[in-house]
Amino acid sequence: MYTASDLRKGLKIQIDGEPYIITEFDFSKPGKGQALYRTKMRNMITGVQFTQTYRSNDKFERPNLEERKMQFLYAQDNEYHFMDTTSYEQIFLTKEQLGDHLNFLIDNMEVEVLFFGDRPIDISLPTFVNLEVTVAEPWAKGDTSGSDTKPVTVETGFQLQVPPFINQGDKIQIDTRTGTYITRVKE
Amino acid sequence: MMTPDGLQHRSQLLQAIRCFFLENSYIEVDTPQRLPVVIPESNLIPFMSEGCFLQTSPELCMKRLLARGCERIFQICHCFRKEEHGRLHQSEFTMLEWYHRGSDYFDLMRQCEELFCFLAAQCAAMPGVVDDSTIRWNGTTVSLAAPWDRLTVADAFEQYAGVSVKEALLTDMFDELLVTEIEPHLGNEHPVFLYEYPVERALLARRSAQNPTVAERFELYVAGLELANGFSELVDPQEQQSRFMEEIAQIRLTREQKTELPRLFLEEIGKIDASAGIALGVDRLCMLFMGVTDIAMVLPFSFEEL
Repeated sequence: MYTASDLRKGLKIQIDGEPYIITEFDFSKPGKGQALYRTKMRNMITGVQFTQTYRSNDKFERPNLEERKMQFLYAQDNEYHFMDTTSYEQIFLTKEQLGDHLNFLIDNMEVEVLFFGDRPIDISLPTFVNLEVTVAEPWAKGDTSGSDTKPVTVETGFQLQVPPFINQGDKIQIDTRTGTYITRVKE
Repeated sequence: MMTPDGLQHRSQLLQAIRCFFLENSYIEVDTPQRLPVVIPESNLIPFMSEGCFLQTSPELCMKRLLARGCERIFQICHCFRKEEHGRLHQSEFTMLEWYHRGSDYFDLMRQCEELFCFLAAQCAAMPGVVDDSTIRWNGTTVSLAAPWDRLTVADAFEQYAGVSVKEALLTDMFDELLVTEIEPHLGNEHPVFLYEYPVERALLARRSAQNPTVAERFELYVAGLELANGFSELVDPQEQQSRFMEEIAQIRLTREQKTELPRLFLEEIGKIDASAGIALGVDRLCMLFMGVTDIAMVLPFSFEEL
């Protein structure tokens, strides 16, 4: 169990049987008054956000959350299938559950799948991924238009700005937290 | 973590505070921080130290000094309150308290006006001080020119929270409404004294002669920031004891804590005539004058840095 004084940004708690992550937190206490723990949190399954103020004697259950290393196998319709590489157990998450992670997910990628009890609810991608550029305008040598980046599309369909020397077929490293270009990768 | 410049500003402010009180014929006292008994307050959780308490404020000892005949005393000291931690709170923090025999809480309000104007003049080079009568904090410019605004708790609830104080107390929403609906409006042009707190929210303050449901207690706000809590002292030992008993009952309901009446304090406060005293958060004062919004930025070390 957590008590109100354990609350902080990033803490995961269980309310009405569902896991929540605290996204904003503020402690306040008017002069000689009660301690108030003002939180904003997000339901880790539905993504719904809400704000709530707690008092000192409020208590919270710890959600049963576990991360397991799994490999992305394939997508079929709306389902994205992953496999535990030691037990060979397979599970899937939906397109809605994966959201923006799909910008960086490719076949055979190893990710951490977050389980709430038996139920997969989210994944964590590696911080850096290498993706192939599938669409890029050729770099016109001597282009002095002043622009130091150009847009490209990578194999997942994600678009980002990269330096002008990147060509179609190159592999580039991308930071999955920000979606920004890091470097060109030589294979 | 503070920069050397920050430490310099904090030092300057501490010196200016001392200068103000010494010039006004106060004596500086330094009472013990580790006490065998504390004032029972259900909303303050004390730290234990080898069977004793670390003080949550120096009030108990300072009022006993009044009873011994001191006329004007001030103290700058560290206080300790468990489980208080946030942008405006640290479990160990610095408090300024001063007590004046023969005065009441309206005198304290006027003294606050004088103190802040004095400090602004002395500390004109600090980042939060615009000129000797103007402060700028968290995007708000506040004029320190006296007299400051005075707003009763009853009016504040009606005006900003849309409910009566009585209703807020009955539904246990007093503190929450105060923090969320009222405080953001307080002290945005001039500092404001929020005053006449309900008696049940003023454990050590004298009941108002005009309205016995309220006590002569105020809180000072500048730019939404709560800075000081002052009141006319309750010096009736019987009434004080019965209020303490209610707090003790409340503490026993909510937590394990050694609770006993501060007997020497109760015996001695009867010897005090009309007096007033106030506690002002020095770290928050530094925040205001240094123009920062996180208490950790005005402490030589926050707890997390140790």
